[in-house]
Amino acid sequence: MSSISVRRIKKSFAALTILHSVDMEIEKGEFVVILGPSGCGKSTLLNVIAGLEECDEGQIVIEGKDVSGLEPSERGLAMVFQSYALFPAMTVRRNLSFGMEIAGTPKATVAEKVAWVAKLLQIEALLDRKPGQLSGGQRQRVAIGRALVRSSSICLFDEPLSNLDAKLRAETRVELKQLHETLGSTMIYVTHDQIEAMTMADRVAVMHKGKVEQFAHPQSVYEKPASLFVAGFVGSPAMNFLEGNLDGLGRFVTGDVSIDTSAYAFEGPPLAREAVLGVRCENISIVERGTPQTIPAMLAFTELLGADALAWFDCLGKRFSVRLGVEAARSMRKEVGLRFDMAKASLFSVASERRL
Amino acid sequence: MTTWLKRQGFKPNITVAIFFAVVAVFFYGSILWTSYMSLTRSTLIPKYEVVGLVQYVDLFTNQRWLVSCLNMVIFGVFYMVGTLAFGILLAVLADRRIKAESFFRTIFLYPLAVSLIITGLSWRWLLDPTSGLQALVRGMGWESFTFDWLTRPDRAIYTLVIASIWHSAGLVMVIVLAGLRGIDSDLWKAIRMEGIPLWRAYLQVIFPGMRPVIASCVVLLMSEVIRGYDLIIAMTKGGPGIATEMPAKFAVDFYFTRVNLGLASAASMMMLLLSLLLLTPYFYSEFRRRI
Repeated sequence: MSSISVRRIKKSFAALTILHSVDMEIEKGEFVVILGPSGCGKSTLLNVIAGLEECDEGQIVIEGKDVSGLEPSERGLAMVFQSYALFPAMTVRRNLSFGMEIAGTPKATVAEKVAWVAKLLQIEALLDRKPGQLSGGQRQRVAIGRALVRSSSICLFDEPLSNLDAKLRAETRVELKQLHETLGSTMIYVTHDQIEAMTMADRVAVMHKGKVEQFAHPQSVYEKPASLFVAGFVGSPAMNFLEGNLDGLGRFVTGDVSIDTSAYAFEGPPLAREAVLGVRCENISIVERGTPQTIPAMLAFTELLGADALAWFDCLGKRFSVRLGVEAARSMRKEVGLRFDMAKASLFSVASERRL
Repeated sequence: MTTWLKRQGFKPNITVAIFFAVVAVFFYGSILWTSYMSLTRSTLIPKYEVVGLVQYVDLFTNQRWLVSCLNMVIFGVFYMVGTLAFGILLAVLADRRIKAESFFRTIFLYPLAVSLIITGLSWRWLLDPTSGLQALVRGMGWESFTFDWLTRPDRAIYTLVIASIWHSAGLVMVIVLAGLRGIDSDLWKAIRMEGIPLWRAYLQVIFPGMRPVIASCVVLLMSEVIRGYDLIIAMTKGGPGIATEMPAKFAVDFYFTRVNLGLASAASMMMLLLSLLLLTPYFYSEFRRRI
């Protein structure tokens, strides 16, 4: 039985449709990241799951129970917010216990739970301070603590690390992942940061314009993006794209270059049609210009990244990035040919923008 | 921009110096002169011979002054509590996204645009037993209806409270409403997630977090209490008898009609002292927070 089922959720504000029939099955104990650019509907989806916003159509089922009509506090889940949303005039201890106090939990249980979460998150020393006296990272810990006290089985996160600085964000990311492993709780985590998505998720749901474009393990999202949007959104630098045609005879043709696609694993029959070839910077090798099955390219500039380097080429009117060793980048010639590793490339239909 | 200003012959020091001179002479100068006068036996004409604290002793044995001070306390407590409660309630209602919010906001803010003199006159007519509310209700057939607080020495002070609350509640409403609009929407979401009832959310989460806003309202209202003069003049003229006398009116009366410059100055100094006593905690907490 899945922990959370999102079934055909639709939501619109006046004429603007935010969510187009979203379906999602989330397993118990899974860490799911909802990834997408701003305005894609990811936060709205999370709010609908939490019950903070009502959906127009569809159902939310949590642990076998339809909760669509229930108040957020009755759904048996907890949420952590981007701006922490701690109760400003209360001490950390009170922040953690106030919800239980409202719910009428016995005092001994409250004290026990507060002690448990304070130890878990190492915020024991902060219990008698007020949120105004804490740093951003400490506030975020308290906010996570408040959520865990409420429900340690299902937790929702709405861009919880966006207000932290880069170093703290990386540390908290690791801690959150460890926390998930310790508690085995189901977590849904909304972010626009693909590094968070790649590092933390068991599965990533990439959203675009109110639809889930792909819902899969982060590595397969990276290696086999299901649509042109996912391919362009995930990965840095962005995937290199080349427009052309499939000739139906096992070749991808662009301009006067044709590339053999026999190494590519098509999902359907390789019919002749307009297509986009996408290839990541690490799946391109540099060869002599004029080698068959390669694309002529002109070096624009190189970027040294420390561990490796990126070379940027102009070819067929586009800018291509190629990842290579620092030494190779230093001794790069101006005019070269680029060979694509077709086994690791992606082909998309121009008409449907889906993977072929 | 700066160089352009310099080329125009702009001299910031001179501009600021004039301002400081004006403040120094007319504001602090007046205070110093008043404190000096309070130590003399000046009547109509200033006398410059210092006689010590005689005027202060006179002041605190003066029945009228003591009544004034007591009145100010009664008025102040009821007015501040009433205005804050009413203004905050209106702000909360407006914040609940009621229909025609701006219409109601305008209505409740409108009294503030009316001068206190006009407010006082209107309320005097309204509460005057022979022409106002009482006469109206009796005219409609309820012969025994009585609402004569304005003419009763033990109740007249409360008519001032009513009129003042009507006048100031809108101000508190807009200030508190602005504060409520500044509340992070995530905080409201957290409140809903925790299942906190609305009234507890306001009393235990939202308002405690808005302490600076509410402190500003209290300070504004406090200054209204201490300087209260024009409303009394328009509504009761301190009467019936001395039932609605207040310190500011006491001071003005002794300056200009009873020509006792020394005693009036002593009264003024006591008002200044009271203001400082009440405002110091506010400024102290504000400054402490900034450091």
